[in-house]
Amino acid sequence: MKQETNEQGLLLGLAKNDKKAVETIYKENYNMVQALIIRNNGSVDDAKDIFQEAMIVLYEKVRSGSFELNCLIKTYVFSVSRRLWLKRLQQMNRYSPEVESLEDVIPVEEEMEDHTRRNSEFQVMEKAINNLGEPCKSLLEAYYMEKKSMQEIAANFGYTNADNAKNQKYKCLMRLKKLFFTQYKNGGQ
Amino acid sequence: MDEIVMIDSVERYIRGEMNPDERLYFEQLRKTNPEIDQMVVEHTLFLQQMNRFGELKKFKNFLNEVHTDLAEQGHINSTRLKGKAKVVYLWNKYKRVTAIAASIAGVTALSISVLVWSLTPPSTSGGYEDLKRKINNLESKTRQQDREINQVKNNQVKTQIEIAPVKYTTGGTSFLIDVKGYLITNAHVIENATNIAVENNKGTDFIAKVVFIDLKRDLAILKITDDNYKPLSSIPYTISKSATELAEPIFTLGYPRNEIVYGQGYLSAKTGYNGDTLSCQIEIAANRGNSGSPILNRNGEVIGVLNGRQKDAEGFTFAIHSKYIYQALEQMKKDTTDSTYQYIKLPSKSSIKDVDRVQQVKKVEECVFMVKVN
Repeated sequence: MKQETNEQGLLLGLAKNDKKAVETIYKENYNMVQALIIRNNGSVDDAKDIFQEAMIVLYEKVRSGSFELNCLIKTYVFSVSRRLWLKRLQQMNRYSPEVESLEDVIPVEEEMEDHTRRNSEFQVMEKAINNLGEPCKSLLEAYYMEKKSMQEIAANFGYTNADNAKNQKYKCLMRLKKLFFTQYKNGGQ
Repeated sequence: MDEIVMIDSVERYIRGEMNPDERLYFEQLRKTNPEIDQMVVEHTLFLQQMNRFGELKKFKNFLNEVHTDLAEQGHINSTRLKGKAKVVYLWNKYKRVTAIAASIAGVTALSISVLVWSLTPPSTSGGYEDLKRKINNLESKTRQQDREINQVKNNQVKTQIEIAPVKYTTGGTSFLIDVKGYLITNAHVIENATNIAVENNKGTDFIAKVVFIDLKRDLAILKITDDNYKPLSSIPYTISKSATELAEPIFTLGYPRNEIVYGQGYLSAKTGYNGDTLSCQIEIAANRGNSGSPILNRNGEVIGVLNGRQKDAEGFTFAIHSKYIYQALEQMKKDTTDSTYQYIKLPSKSSIKDVDRVQQVKKVEECVFMVKVN
């Protein structure tokens, strides 16, 4: 019972970007995943990538409001990591038919599909933003991600007033939208 | 309407920042103007994507932070692979490369050997024979020169000088029974001999003569008469008087080639060809030239003298029981008037009883001679 509440607590913490919760999950699962990757042709860097991607899958799951794992966080993270690594191996044409594992594994195909779609969306956005160039990039990030007010932005970026900043932001936004949607409608290609 | 204001309104609408009146008005506008509706839908999606992107980016940075912290505190064993893990990792990483390299090397090696093989003129056995004959001639010539030098040295002029080089046609094996140069071999080896030479394992020739022949037992005793012969200090093996047991492991040394050859096996029957009680049957590979080879057991006792094999069957090799060596010696002492033969003494003690086979062979080897006859 205690373990269950613990696990729930960790997931809630994760959803709230609670540092302690993330650290705990990280600590308890990282070595296991690293061992898996290294046993199966991977490097330490691969292990870090794969584990963090699995953390993101878990993060997205709890952010969408679903805290029902039906298994331990450990099993979930391991299964997702294993699946991700298999996929990575396939992409590198280094497919090994069996990624060996002695630990419990649960089917995670649905999660994988969701994740793949979201991941490609993420990459489309990343590419669009990176193609935007400065000062647009910082300006939009400040407004939409850091949620700063137009007054602050005007001061930080050296615009004479908020209206000027707003004007600039508008132009940047239009460019970004154009970049994003051309990619997005092509299905991220 | 000004587009900047429009976008601003859409964003405020999506974020729910409008007051009820404004909101009502905007929703009305959305219904009547599909362009604005489209704009709202599109922008909603876009803002969602932006938000998610921002969140994930933040989370990723966060994860990296956590990773670095935990690695520094030693909670996760990242950063460096140590010892075995590193080897496993490197092997896993490069095993494909290794495999490919190995196959390329293999294919290359194969094709080169095929090339060499196909380009090399085939060597004929005739060429091999030629070489052998030349060596024989050379040996004979050396011997002849040695003899001439000896003659000059000794200032002795003999009336009979052998000018024609001696050409040995047949041969066998013999072994010492007395350090003074007495050797046992088979009678059939030295049958019809005019010249006999024995050669030790180092390739030195010594002139020898027949001192006794027992055709019935197929045994002969030779004596080295060469001045160059330096007696050994002792003989490492003894000659067994008793009968041996079946399945006793045995070994032999002989000269089926110009090189001393070792063979091992076991005693397979107490009688020889057609129930011959003089000899026994042994399981040892034997070839022409093995006749007269000593058969020794693991205690370093000579239990027989190899003398032949059955023509029509494989694996039937025969050896004369060693006790007949004693009988032959007795016979010789009786027959002759030469008193020197009375002092022949067979070795009585084996010095190689408890040493391993390699050491045994090393000792015995020195006492086994090739017999060359013409």
